[in-house]
Amino acid sequence: MTIALPSFHNCEPIPLASVNCLPIHQFRASIISALREGSMLTALFGTPMKDGRVQLIGVLADPGTSSLSALSTEVDESYPCLTVDCPQANWFEREIAEQWQVKPQGHPWLKPIRFQAPYRSEGAAQAPVPGVTNFFAVSGDEVHEVAVGPVHAGIIEPGHFRFQCHGERVLHLEISLGYQHRGVESALVGGPGKRTIHEIETLSGDTSIGHTIAHCEAIEGLCGAAVSVRAQALRAIALELERLANHCGDLGAMAGDAGYLPTASYCGRIRGDFLNLTAEICGSRFGRGMVRPGGVLFDVDANLALELTRRLDTALKDVEDAVRLMWDAPSLQARFQDTGALTAATCAALGLVGPAARACGVERDIRQDFPSGVFRFAQIPISISDSGDVLARAWVRWLEIQRSGVFIREQLAALPAGPIRVAVGPMLPAHLIVSLTEGWRGAITHAAITDRDGRFARYKIIDPSFRNWIGLAIAMREQQISDFPLCNKSFNLSYCGHDL
Amino acid sequence: MSSGSLLPLILAVVLAPLMQAVITRTKSVLAGRIGQPLLQPYRDLWKLLRKGAVYSQTTTWIFQMGPTVGLASVILAMGLVPFGGSPALSGFTGDFVLIAYLMAAGRFFTVVAALDTGSSFEGMGASREVTFSALAEPALFLGLAALVRQTGHLSLSPVLASVSTVTWRHAAPILSLTLAGLIIVFLAENARIPVDDPTTHLELTMIHEVMVLDHSGPDFALIQYGAALKMWLFAAIIIGVAAPWHFGNRWIDLGAALGGMLVLGIATGVIESSMARLRLLRVPQLLLVAIVLSALALAL
Repeated sequence: MTIALPSFHNCEPIPLASVNCLPIHQFRASIISALREGSMLTALFGTPMKDGRVQLIGVLADPGTSSLSALSTEVDESYPCLTVDCPQANWFEREIAEQWQVKPQGHPWLKPIRFQAPYRSEGAAQAPVPGVTNFFAVSGDEVHEVAVGPVHAGIIEPGHFRFQCHGERVLHLEISLGYQHRGVESALVGGPGKRTIHEIETLSGDTSIGHTIAHCEAIEGLCGAAVSVRAQALRAIALELERLANHCGDLGAMAGDAGYLPTASYCGRIRGDFLNLTAEICGSRFGRGMVRPGGVLFDVDANLALELTRRLDTALKDVEDAVRLMWDAPSLQARFQDTGALTAATCAALGLVGPAARACGVERDIRQDFPSGVFRFAQIPISISDSGDVLARAWVRWLEIQRSGVFIREQLAALPAGPIRVAVGPMLPAHLIVSLTEGWRGAITHAAITDRDGRFARYKIIDPSFRNWIGLAIAMREQQISDFPLCNKSFNLSYCGHDL
Repeated sequence: MSSGSLLPLILAVVLAPLMQAVITRTKSVLAGRIGQPLLQPYRDLWKLLRKGAVYSQTTTWIFQMGPTVGLASVILAMGLVPFGGSPALSGFTGDFVLIAYLMAAGRFFTVVAALDTGSSFEGMGASREVTFSALAEPALFLGLAALVRQTGHLSLSPVLASVSTVTWRHAAPILSLTLAGLIIVFLAENARIPVDDPTTHLELTMIHEVMVLDHSGPDFALIQYGAALKMWLFAAIIIGVAAPWHFGNRWIDLGAALGGMLVLGIATGVIESSMARLRLLRVPQLLLVAIVLSALALAL
């Protein structure tokens, strides 16, 4: 029982009316069969209806045809859950239950995800206290529980980790987040306004460029604005610089967690060199103020392009030296190998994205599968490894550093002519747009629905961390608890990007 | 009991934190940083001593006693270790057994203090510490026994006094094996890479550090100072074997031994800068290697 769904492209707006509204059993069956055929559940979220009920919208992405499709259903109190049939829906359904107080019946482990106040409730809704909930417990004489966080020994974001251990062996890890919840999604409703772009840039501080590109492409799609190729190229340069800086920092941090100091020290510094290249373009190391709807705010002239290329070459040479030390150290290889391994099947079932997925041999990269902007013309080869462990996640990052370096050099050498920014008009009313960007952590999804006045009626943000936290929890099963920090660093997920 | 010298004990008490500073500085230089001043460990101790201590309501007097007993037992053990040709303050037949068990007593109280907090972390760290030290102890004993057998003395001061360049010429294989075993024990007992990472902030990977997470202020100063002394103690024994020059002048001998300590400190820094930590499961294998090396030295 398959229903033909209208298909559309990344960043292509479709009228809300063209989204099929199906009965719940057809909605479920369509999603389940599409996932079985290799599509990915890009988004599943609730949006309010006038009569107080909730419309669930599912977005499917088929990498084979580079096309997206959307479907919807209407629910009130509860509906039969999808998670039991497709584990990808797990956190989406927990989010729906929390935000809209709609119960996915049969969900195996339904509990809060951000501990936020529900969007739909009778009377004044109180947000629950983060971390106060049931945790999965293993009983037995020799089983013990270890709780870490939300306050950690290092200067990192808050998150709570609950391990069920047998000696040093981890039987189960449960991750409880929500401490960073700021209510960004609800703040964006009625927008875009003056604060919108700043809220987007700080969704996850280390992915400013990635999220802002996804947001701007969504707005431009809804406005029908044609951004110049030059602006698209400059955006891609900023995006890849962000990837370089973060991957380089991650490789250093992974070496540091394994107690291997040389790479840790050098990469820490070189990450700064990459950040400074972004600052050279737009004045902010994290690319704030670079990308705006309609294009970019800062141009790169011929002199600056030469200077950037020169400094990029130096930094790439340095990072190669630092990383070679790492690959030449047998003690470090032994530490990385077989730690926190995931299989390709698990990865595909959970719907993981980014380097974590590519390290399992799953070819999944928005730049290749659903390209937008300059990536439609200039491809970056996809970086794959197959062992799925910490070593593979490090290796994929190293490959991506090299390939992003080559890409930036090519783009800087042949920057297309044109204006850097065009004017954007009003947004189409009552449309849905889905914008995908491959941030350095993986696929960033922004889905926007406009109301009759062309303002945001709902703005859904899915940071790659939202998909990958469960991957970390599964990767830790049957591992040594002392391997958790290293494993965690190899995923390096965002807390605030998840908590929004 | 033989009449001894206060000098080894005084040197240890004064210079022990400096050795840690040398290791830290070596690591900094190799990482391309300037590094902290050599006197920083002393300043840290002084800072901690002036602070107040925080005690969890779930702890008892055992928790407060841990650091004191830990430090006291290391100082007592230091009184039995000679340095640079100067005999130890005290020495008697079989005193090295007492040294090993004074260290064990200190460890026991650190462990019960950790368990006293009731934290699952500290319990985990305590179990790791006990497991690994149970494996380090035979290596230490076998190594010392090899030295005893080689030199024919039963007290540490005469044992180390009779290891000389001549002994090395006769029994280089035995001494090298012993030394290798002792160096592994040195790294393991002092929570250095590749066994433990003294600078990590990651609670779940810690072995020794996690047991002292709840101590603060003066208690923590005692623990840090005790750790420095413990490192000095093991280093002194290693240098006693590795740098066995007896020039006849006690000051030159002392200078040579201090130079040896400096070299050992730098070598430790280089080891820490050039390799990653072992996976926790592999640490017992490393300690087994130490046991085998020492046993081989004893059997040869």
